[in-house]
Amino acid sequence: MDARRESEPRPTKNRTTVERKSERELVVTRTFNGPARIVFEAWTTPELFKRWWVPKSFGLSLLSCEMDVRVGGTYRLVFSHPASPEPMAFFGRYNEVMPHSRLVWTNDEGGEGGSVTKVTFEEQGAETLVVMHDLYPSKEALDSAIASGSTGGFGETFEQLDELLVTVGAGVGRS
Amino acid sequence: MVQYTRTHFDASFAALSDATRRGVLEQLARADASITALAEKFHMTLTGMKKHVGVLEQAGLVMTEKVGRVRTCKLGVCRLEEEAAWIERYRQLWAVRFDELDTVVEELKRKEKVDGRKKRK
Repeated sequence: MDARRESEPRPTKNRTTVERKSERELVVTRTFNGPARIVFEAWTTPELFKRWWVPKSFGLSLLSCEMDVRVGGTYRLVFSHPASPEPMAFFGRYNEVMPHSRLVWTNDEGGEGGSVTKVTFEEQGAETLVVMHDLYPSKEALDSAIASGSTGGFGETFEQLDELLVTVGAGVGRS
Repeated sequence: MVQYTRTHFDASFAALSDATRRGVLEQLARADASITALAEKFHMTLTGMKKHVGVLEQAGLVMTEKVGRVRTCKLGVCRLEEEAAWIERYRQLWAVRFDELDTVVEELKRKEKVDGRKKRK
């Protein structure tokens, strides 16, 4: 592999961007310093997925994580948080699974207003560009997710998390 | 920084492209007013003013409230700001997650190097 360009100085953390691309779509992008197969593996292997999907700084614990990553397979994540008396479950189904390039899943915990998440992994030299689209069934569904203050795709149960995030955001101290 | 949604910007620009609507905003910045009062002030029919206020309302620049038979207009809580704040929190969530994912990716890369070749699962 030709990865000699690695010698360029690189910021320690790549930038995560979010854009509301249309009335019912949010797009998150991030570049990772590694090949697509590795990034994909980290998204689809439960033991690896668990380690980053629930950052320690959130005060959340993952009670269980079941992922049957294949077309038609389901997933179910259950979290607990000190601020929430009940555990919070997030679940859905994988609609598309293309190794190293594409994942599509539904977010069914929110009922009818749930979004469909599409993630693409695009290898660019030694890096991988990850683009995540969260497509809501309607403008109203996305507007109400925003209005409720919950952080999209996670249902209203994550309201407390939003508060936490403000603290985390300050602590992360991006410059 | 935060990238605003194009659709909302379009709505705002469309709303602000009209001289009467800009005038209405200036007026409302001074004091709340009824649609009737605004129509008089700008020498327009009630229907015409309702239309303008509707456009401003759509763009989130104006809020209206009906009390009895009078609809009062005031400057809107800017939806753009609210949405931008939400999007920034959403971005932070993913930024924190992805920074953790970096660690996992680095680890896997190191492991691959050590293993020499990748053993597929």
